Amino acid sequence: MAEIVLDGVTKSFGKTEVIHPVQATIADGEFVVIVGPSGCGKSTLLRIIAGLETATAGEIRIAGKRVNEVEPKDRNIAMVFQNYALYPHMTVYGNMAYGLKIRKLSRADIEQRVQRAAKILELGPYLQRKPRELSGGQRQRVAMGRAIVREPAAFLFDEPLSNLDAKLRVQMRLEIQKLHRELRTTSVYVTHDQVEAMTLADRMFVINAGTIEQAGAPIEVYDDPATLFVAGFIGSPSMNFLPGRREADGVEVGGGMKVPLPEALRASAPQSLTVGVRPEHLELGGTEGLPFRLNVETIEALGADSLLHTNFHGTPLVARVDGHAAPAAGETLTFTVLPRHLYFFDTASGKRLRAGR
Amino acid sequence: MEKRVVFKSAWLPYALVAPQIAITVIFFFWPAIEAVYYAFLVQDPFGLSSHFVWFQNFTELFASPEYLDSFKTTAVFSVLVAALGMSIALLLAAMADRVIRGSLAYKTMLIWPYAVAPAIAGVLWAFMFSPSIGIVTYYLLKLGLNWNWVINGNQAMLLVVMAAAYKQVSYNFLFFLAGLQSIPRSMIEAAAIDGASPVRRFWTIIFPLISPTTFFLLVVNIVYAFFDTFGVIDATTQGGPAAATEILVYKVYYDGVKAADLGGSSAQSVILMFIVIALTVVQFRFVERKVQY
Ligand SMILES: Nc1ncnc2c1ncn2[C@@H]1O[C@H](COP(=O)(O)OP(=O)(O)O)[C@@H](O)[C@H]1O
Ligand SMILES: [Mg+2]
Repeated sequence: MAEIVLDGVTKSFGKTEVIHPVQATIADGEFVVIVGPSGCGKSTLLRIIAGLETATAGEIRIAGKRVNEVEPKDRNIAMVFQNYALYPHMTVYGNMAYGLKIRKLSRADIEQRVQRAAKILELGPYLQRKPRELSGGQRQRVAMGRAIVREPAAFLFDEPLSNLDAKLRVQMRLEIQKLHRELRTTSVYVTHDQVEAMTLADRMFVINAGTIEQAGAPIEVYDDPATLFVAGFIGSPSMNFLPGRREADGVEVGGGMKVPLPEALRASAPQSLTVGVRPEHLELGGTEGLPFRLNVETIEALGADSLLHTNFHGTPLVARVDGHAAPAAGETLTFTVLPRHLYFFDTASGKRLRAGR
Repeated sequence: MEKRVVFKSAWLPYALVAPQIAITVIFFFWPAIEAVYYAFLVQDPFGLSSHFVWFQNFTELFASPEYLDSFKTTAVFSVLVAALGMSIALLLAAMADRVIRGSLAYKTMLIWPYAVAPAIAGVLWAFMFSPSIGIVTYYLLKLGLNWNWVINGNQAMLLVVMAAAYKQVSYNFLFFLAGLQSIPRSMIEAAAIDGASPVRRFWTIIFPLISPTTFFLLVVNIVYAFFDTFGVIDATTQGGPAAATEILVYKVYYDGVKAADLGGSSAQSVILMFIVIALTVVQFRFVERKVQY
């Protein structure tokens, strides 16, 4: 068990800086998910923690100790790779025992640890099989088993579920959750999938182009995004954005429609604003709030919910409504939005306008 | 997907393969059949008459200590060539695999020796190690080592092994490098995190994973040492001293051309043919099979 601290860590490949100074602390026993689009530097950051890449500047501390110069094997971490990286010529047992043999544990100790991990992960019947004789989900479990048996201070996961099909992914996600509840080992989990991030994280770091844009509990980040990027990235379907122009104490969002700007924001608001509204906050047939006349173009029926793809003066807007109350395509209807459900962003800087900040 | 080309004309496809077939028949099949034929004949020393003797040439061969010695020499020679050529190539490939900057330059230079003809490689080494004018000999002498392969059989063997392996290193290097690069980087990283030192990673992860390549190269190198090293031997030791480097292919040539024993030489080449066939079978049976871990 250990706390991990990234203190001003940066990384450059040649002249390009792919990780801009990162300041972050991962508390002991915490499950942190690093989430961001492909190529934003998530893996690089994780590999810096693992010691597979060296930081260009800054300090990495694990359990209070600077580890910049420490070899991966001496950092007391275990990593689960996206492609599992199992040793194909060894059995499942051999894969899990490999690191323990190197660490010169006694035969009985190894046996006991492997059996315990096999039990947790339900791999018992497969211990003598080779990886190629296993399904994708089972291989994934072996990769986790190899990490568990080491009993490390921290687990590092690099997109461990992205090679699985959708159903298995959900199942493994729940298992990882369960595993973390049992073991309480500090975990850093990298993914591009915001659903995984939302469901797994104690806290998530939303990262964009090498910068952590926001860190916080999933629901905090969802309710209170700090930037346009975070607002658009977290949540599915994404938040709707309307380009707006400041007009006295309101914002013109198109077609002469004006939404009120909260008093607290008026002093700091620039001329060019973006107004955000989540799909579930566009209410069909509501009586309170701001009315939006929207033409329904297409409908995605998901069962419980339906997604209505509409158009507001050239800007596409998605509304999420009850699957049974969905209108027909082509209708023009009035949706309402409560003013407190509107998010205001500075279009130029991408920063959210927040009272008192 | 069907990729077959369909010719409209009936004779064109045959015309297109005819040159290749002609070459194969004239330069491979015909001599092979001739060799089999001559293997059953005894010819008088002037080549004026010959008569059929059944397997006498073969029984004489296997009764001849020189021939059995040549077998032993060949075995030693090919094992040494394969071992030396492959271990140096593997070492170089393992190092080249780690190099990131300038790797192309290394690779290109390491591949060059393969383009050198065996005879030229032989001459090169013979010069460097020449007992009278060789530069290496000069330095060895300074170190107090008496180097003279012209009279020392073991040194002669060492020389031809080095000359033969030198050329093969490039070839082996290419295959080993490809093999190493096909191992996912994350697997090596996983082993590093598991605590394995580079040496341990090599022997427990990398080496087992490239074993199909290693086995393939072993067969190829033995075939090379058996059959393609004639030029190396002829340009350096010519089988000497005292037949210390007289491998089977060289003996075929020597007995047939220099000693004019056409029947015995043909019988030897028939035996070599069988060895080639056996090695080819091994190669197809084991190497062509899908990778098995
Ligand atoms: N070894 C490397 N050499 C050069 N550039 C790299 C290297 N590894 C990653 N990068 C670059 O760094 C950026 C971040 O990569 P990565 O951390 O793998 O992204 P992610 O995991 O978020 O998809 C990418 O633009 C990628 O091209
Ligand atoms: Mg990645």
